Amino acid sequence: MNNFLIPFFVILPLGAAFIVALVPKHLNKVADAIANVSAFLLLVASAYVCMNNVSGVYFVGGWKIPIGINMALDGFSALMLLIISIITVASSIYSISYMEQFTWKSKFYCLFLLMVTGMNGVVLSGDFFNIFVFLEIASIASYALVGYGCRHEELEATFKYLALGNLGALCVLLGVAFVYGLTGTLNMADFSIRTAGNLNNGLLVALGLFIIGFGLKAALVPMHAWLPDAHPSAPTPISAMLSGVFIKATGVYALVRVSLNIFPAMQVTHEIILALGGLSMVVGVFMAIGQWDFKRLLAYHSISQIGYVMIGIGLGTPLGILGGIFHLINHAAFKSLLFLGAGSVEYETGTRQLRQMGGLSRQMPVTASSTLVASLAISGLPPFNGFFSKVIIIWACVQAHRYGYAVAAVVVSVMTIASFMKVQKYAFFGALKSKWEKVKEVPATMRIAMVFLAVLCLLMSLLIVPGAREVVLQPAVDSIIAGTNYVTHAGGL
Amino acid sequence: MTYGLCILLFLIGLYAVVTKRNLIKIVIGFIIMENAVNLLLIMLGYRLGGRAPIIWKNAAGAADLTGFANSSVDPLPQALVLTSIVISLGVTALMVAICLRVYQRYGTFDISKIRRLKG
Repeated sequence: MNNFLIPFFVILPLGAAFIVALVPKHLNKVADAIANVSAFLLLVASAYVCMNNVSGVYFVGGWKIPIGINMALDGFSALMLLIISIITVASSIYSISYMEQFTWKSKFYCLFLLMVTGMNGVVLSGDFFNIFVFLEIASIASYALVGYGCRHEELEATFKYLALGNLGALCVLLGVAFVYGLTGTLNMADFSIRTAGNLNNGLLVALGLFIIGFGLKAALVPMHAWLPDAHPSAPTPISAMLSGVFIKATGVYALVRVSLNIFPAMQVTHEIILALGGLSMVVGVFMAIGQWDFKRLLAYHSISQIGYVMIGIGLGTPLGILGGIFHLINHAAFKSLLFLGAGSVEYETGTRQLRQMGGLSRQMPVTASSTLVASLAISGLPPFNGFFSKVIIIWACVQAHRYGYAVAAVVVSVMTIASFMKVQKYAFFGALKSKWEKVKEVPATMRIAMVFLAVLCLLMSLLIVPGAREVVLQPAVDSIIAGTNYVTHAGGL
Repeated sequence: MTYGLCILLFLIGLYAVVTKRNLIKIVIGFIIMENAVNLLLIMLGYRLGGRAPIIWKNAAGAADLTGFANSSVDPLPQALVLTSIVISLGVTALMVAICLRVYQRYGTFDISKIRRLKG
């Protein structure tokens, strides 16, 4: 059975990327239209896939596995596709006005859509080597986008990101070589059957290489050094994409899929993921609290929040995985919104330093209120989405008798509140500084993108209600728990 | 043994990337690492005295699949290496382009002098 919807998610952005690259400089409106329409089509398709719980497999060229290449769609992939598409739509709407500062928009949209292609490809790919290929497509596009402005700091951040990202990709490729040399197969389902849970030392080395490679992409502490430089340096819609979905699609998704689904889920893997997650959570928030650069502060919080996701998934209990997945999609919504808010402030005032801002809520009411929503959501205050996912993760830690992680999660949550109170106090509340009296609200398209995500932050808390949870979150949880399920229905074996 | 040499080459590249201060030398380190992994992949499919992986006809005029399976090298790693060479070409080109821009801005290739980002 071939499901023809599956390759659509890769073909559409890939085709649109090369068409948009041909648009000349004076037709920027056409470039806007192509990018936004294709983002919107992706959203419609992924919403269809997620709501109807479509799953299946597509054999590229009609070759059956293990000979051919396959693309597989299950609950976890479908949820990732949905969240990638939502953030893509928000970012591309935001880019219409924001990217006016740069001259040639079609080049930007070309790289942007290639990044989306890569992320969708990683999420759908059914074999190890294609994960590497799509990872590189997404990464190369993101390297170029981080340095898009070509200023001093941006170039420095790009080189750092490029070096560490390339190191991670090479680790993944070396892992692929080990897997092929030791088992003679690259298909993930076939690999799972052939090893049947018995790993020799070589395959353990491969697993270690995959954890290092994907961990670098997910910016887990101690492999996080590139993220606080790279994410703030990119143009704002790209910061939102990178922090919102890029580290999750190429990092968390690939890490979880490979180390818990394809390789047998061993106790030691769970322990490693838990330890990396706990470390990221604590170190990220400690680094964030002292920052005065708005976007850099947000970037450190990304590290910290990814720690929550990894802890939830690393627990391995159904409740923990539910919390982890839920926090993953929630974080995509509120962190993208925060980056868009920070970008709007920078767009109007030209600064990212919190100390220089002040009282902007009067001049920029939409930006201020949507950023407030996102701050409350990331701090974990009810009724916003972040509260529910954090509570689930903490409760799952208690249930699994991991009290240390539960306490750490609570402490980190309190510190997150503290650091976002600082953001609100310095940037939006207080007396308006005289030099900002002429500051206006951002253009309409940027406001639409922010309001869209702010509404989403509120609505996503409804996903926890029984009824919505079974449709959206539960298929993803099931597909992580039942690793063998992936083999039977995604592999077609 | 030969696999071990590939891993050694990979580690030499890693050493260059980690210890060198010149941007161009770091790029060269990455090229060494990429080539080490590519060599390892090729070695996996290599067979002493093997033939090129093209199916030939036997005396009866049919495709000689058993002869193919018994004597040709494994074609799959070659396809993988071809893809990976193209990818590493792209990454290397981007890396060199960024080095060029960094040199234009900072006037140096020394990474200890290219330090504006902190914290």
